[in-house]
Amino acid sequence: MATHPGRLTDRTAAVRVRGLHRSFSRAGGVLNGLDLDIAPGEFVALIGRSGSGKSTLLRALAGLDRDVAGHGAVDVPDKVSVVFQDSRLLPWKRVLDNVTFGLRDKDAAQRGQVALAEVGLEGREKAWPHELSGGEQQRAALARSLVRDPELLLADEPFGALDALTRIRMHVLLRKLCEAHQPAVLLVTHDVDEAIVLADRVIVLDDGVVARDLRVDLDRRSQADPEFAALRAQLLAELGVEDDSAPAPRHAHTRYDRKAAS
Amino acid sequence: MTTIEATRPRLPSAEPADDRVVRRRLGPGRRIRFGYAVGPVALLALWVVGSATGLIDPRTLSEPWTVVATAGGLIESGRLQESLATSAVRAVLGLLIGVAAGTVLAIVSGLSRLGESFIDGPVQIKRSIPNLALIPLLILWFGIGEEMKVITIALGVFVPIYIHTHNGLRSIEGKYAELAETAGVSRGEFVRHVVLPGAMPGFLLGLRFAVTGALLALVVVEQINSTSGIGHMITLASNYGQTDVIVVGLVVYAILGLVADGSVRLIERKALSWRRTLAG
Repeated sequence: MATHPGRLTDRTAAVRVRGLHRSFSRAGGVLNGLDLDIAPGEFVALIGRSGSGKSTLLRALAGLDRDVAGHGAVDVPDKVSVVFQDSRLLPWKRVLDNVTFGLRDKDAAQRGQVALAEVGLEGREKAWPHELSGGEQQRAALARSLVRDPELLLADEPFGALDALTRIRMHVLLRKLCEAHQPAVLLVTHDVDEAIVLADRVIVLDDGVVARDLRVDLDRRSQADPEFAALRAQLLAELGVEDDSAPAPRHAHTRYDRKAAS
Repeated sequence: MTTIEATRPRLPSAEPADDRVVRRRLGPGRRIRFGYAVGPVALLALWVVGSATGLIDPRTLSEPWTVVATAGGLIESGRLQESLATSAVRAVLGLLIGVAAGTVLAIVSGLSRLGESFIDGPVQIKRSIPNLALIPLLILWFGIGEEMKVITIALGVFVPIYIHTHNGLRSIEGKYAELAETAGVSRGEFVRHVVLPGAMPGFLLGLRFAVTGALLALVVVEQINSTSGIGHMITLASNYGQTDVIVVGLVVYAILGLVADGSVRLIERKALSWRRTLAG
């Protein structure tokens, strides 16, 4: 985002949001004076009920909300990449051309190939998007966002449309990629487990402000870990969902109802 | 799982059994080889049989072999090639100008609200005036020379190109524009990588209408005050009652039309190989 180049002189924060208001109608705001800081390289997961303003915040950071009424200050780095819920590959471009879409450097194709190899899609450069599975399409979308070396990666429920097994694989891949590239990440998700597994910090959004800001200090990010279960129960309670299985680790594999959490 | 696998009886025969439930196909199914030629060939056969059995009076429609002989004579004298070349140049020039104008107008009107306000209305008005009704005015403006002919053809071409390209462009999903915005591409890159390929299916549909439109306009302008071209040849033959020459002219028009439509379809299949639709 080149909207405010050079305004972020101190690099202690990748994202700085102050008093952000956004509203789609006169009746009430979606974001009501939200403050948020994300440090460089920090992985933040954003959870909240439907209509809590998660996507509105993400679109504000992505610079995609020019038609939305509101005020407040948003500072983001120059290089921002967005991963959408749908892979959003251009159907008329082969996978490699999708990954390098918009890159002007001479070595774009080479870098695209490296990025594809990184997400496990080597050899699929010439494939059409419709020839890839849903998980592969989303991996190509990840490659497209990472090949730009983003300082900030915005992801709007990127794994929401994937099946449970593919999603677990994508979690592992995303963590690996983020450790390698070190972007600041804001991940919007409905999935509390996903948030705990992936993030350094989990933020609960409610009524357009940050209702809870929790640091995830788990050694093992395993659902069998009692601390994991406790954190999960805490977050679910914050979202208004009772989870009576939470304190007992033997129930840790029970999936809570995602609809209820949303 | 493995235990069930192991207890399943092995089939003794070398042929693996292929028992499957197959649903009735609702899509059009596999492509037939040379399927596009079946209809025209059937028509041709009908003509040959009709003439051979005397069902078709040669004064109404010449026999196919007479037409072939006449065509041979016309080729020998060089008249057919000359007429064909003249007609082809007119059609191609009109097509090129019309396609270029239609495409540019569609993009300007599709991507800019101001452009749409200025362009879309007049084009829709033009669309409701039959092209051929404009010929008297065009003759007054441009005379009866080549200029008038090419402009008439171009006017018939640009409307379908504009309508279908504009429609194809507007049906590109907004999410791709959003993606392009986040990828930080320029407007030119956006047009090249998103708008043009996204509008391509519409453009090619428009092109198919445009090609037939060009031929239609060609036929009409060549029969008005023309001194050359296939249409002139037909008009002349009509004055002398030469059915066979008329048929040769019509066959040439038909071949032109088929070749043009076939080429557009070929381009369509090559350019739209990224699509997965019933067309297959």
